[in-house]
Amino acid sequence: MNQTGYTKEVMKHFQKPHNYGRLKKYNGLGKVGNIVCGDVLWLYLNVENKNGKEVIKDVSYETYGCVAAISTSSAISDLAKGKTIENALKINKEQVIKVLGDLPPIKIHCSLLAIDALSEAIYDYLSMGKKPVPGDLREKHQKIERAKQVIEERYKKWTEKEKQK
Amino acid sequence: MRKKIYLDYAAATPVDPRVMKVMKPYFSEKFGNTMSLHSFGQEGREVLEKSREAVAGSIKARPKEIIFTSSATESNNLALKGVAFANQEKGRHIIISPIEHPCVLESANWLAKQGFKITQLPVDKFGLVNPADVEKAVKKDTILVSVIHASNEIGTIEPIEEIGQICRKNRVYFHTDAAQSFGKIPIDVNKMNVDLLTGSSHKIYGPKGAALLFIKEGVKIEPILHGGAHEFKLRGGTVNLPAVVGFSEAIKIRQKEMNGEIKRLTHLRDKLIENILKKISGSHLNGHPKKRLPNNVNIRFDFIEGESLVLQLDGYGFMTTTGSACSSTDLKPSHILLAIGLRPQEAHGSLRMTLGKWTKEKDIDELLKVLPAAVERLRKLSPFKS
Repeated sequence: MNQTGYTKEVMKHFQKPHNYGRLKKYNGLGKVGNIVCGDVLWLYLNVENKNGKEVIKDVSYETYGCVAAISTSSAISDLAKGKTIENALKINKEQVIKVLGDLPPIKIHCSLLAIDALSEAIYDYLSMGKKPVPGDLREKHQKIERAKQVIEERYKKWTEKEKQK
Repeated sequence: MRKKIYLDYAAATPVDPRVMKVMKPYFSEKFGNTMSLHSFGQEGREVLEKSREAVAGSIKARPKEIIFTSSATESNNLALKGVAFANQEKGRHIIISPIEHPCVLESANWLAKQGFKITQLPVDKFGLVNPADVEKAVKKDTILVSVIHASNEIGTIEPIEEIGQICRKNRVYFHTDAAQSFGKIPIDVNKMNVDLLTGSSHKIYGPKGAALLFIKEGVKIEPILHGGAHEFKLRGGTVNLPAVVGFSEAIKIRQKEMNGEIKRLTHLRDKLIENILKKISGSHLNGHPKKRLPNNVNIRFDFIEGESLVLQLDGYGFMTTTGSACSSTDLKPSHILLAIGLRPQEAHGSLRMTLGKWTKEKDIDELLKVLPAAVERLRKLSPFKS
């Protein structure tokens, strides 16, 4: 019944996740996933301007989900920390998977979720700060939003029950 | 290495050493084919029939009403498909519960593709079938009702006797999948009013590779494995004698030990349930509190996901299981948890712990020590907090 095939690195990140929790001070927040599907990731960023460059000084997250969701959250936080937002946006799923050794094929989507959370947090940082948002980031944001709506529509039955509660 | 504590007895049980001992000669000394005429074959046949008697006696059936199969999955496939094809002149309507094991559900789905009509009964929040709903669902062309005896996942024990009465009254065959209850709680096929019943060996400290299907005398059924004349021409294939011998020894032992184990495990079960609900906020019992297998505990925890919890507990040495979507190969939560009205997000946070012969009170005490912290840690990681 259980997914097996997690690498040692995955289990290490799962047992001792890096950078988890909610940042006391943050200026970017990306919320992705859906509780009905079983994984939700909220990623917090504290971006600072350093010599004219916007650098991710601090990053943290809160994750509801399986071992893969938690370990990819931890991995992406390591990857993003200290990077300029420009470089952080270049992080791809191969890099996340590399940090973790490997992921079971059925769990690859968790690494995409982590990348989405990061780009949503950067989008949030830029748009809240009324800074110019690159075209492809805006497009990605719109795509994620649309996907969210599709899922909410699909699981209306469950989410409406949630609201009634 | 940390001590391992196995709490997944509903999935598989270790073979009892006494059972292994009885099986051993049947691998290379008494290896004859039960269909052979020579003395090795005859000896095998005698042992096979003795095993049949033992297994039949344990459920108050007659030996000729028992056929041995390879697994509960095979028995359930035979019960559904065999009855469906033998009785399609009468009708093509079959009734099942929504909390059946996948081997019943998928057999029913397959029969639906062959033109049979399948009705799924409703269940209440405990997973209980209301016999009145069976009465309502039975039609003129209904040929079979199949309701699981006790849920493999949430442990709820169904009102089989009452459902059986309704089936008798309406002259509809009644099958129950007793894979989880056989050898764990008393079974009497006459009292239960069943026409077909599935039981399994490897859930009761017997070997894998053996199971039974009780087929009441007179029930019209077709084989699904065609071949030789084994098993009253209902199941071709050389009989797996070592496994059958082990199966019958396992049930003999269970009959002696059952009453004591029911008492012991019920105490441990209730202790575990009570303490989890008391110690961990946002925890809820899945399944019926009393009409429940003595060895089944299934709890859901708010705000966390089951696969994470299972693997964290595994790190502490406890082997458990979950109905979460993330732990399944199709990323769908357990159909049983959804059938009892849980939302997917609730099903994700479910943890099943099933106890057995080698579960000690101190194992439960140790689990109760680490479980609250394990849940707490995952909640700390989660954006959803109470």
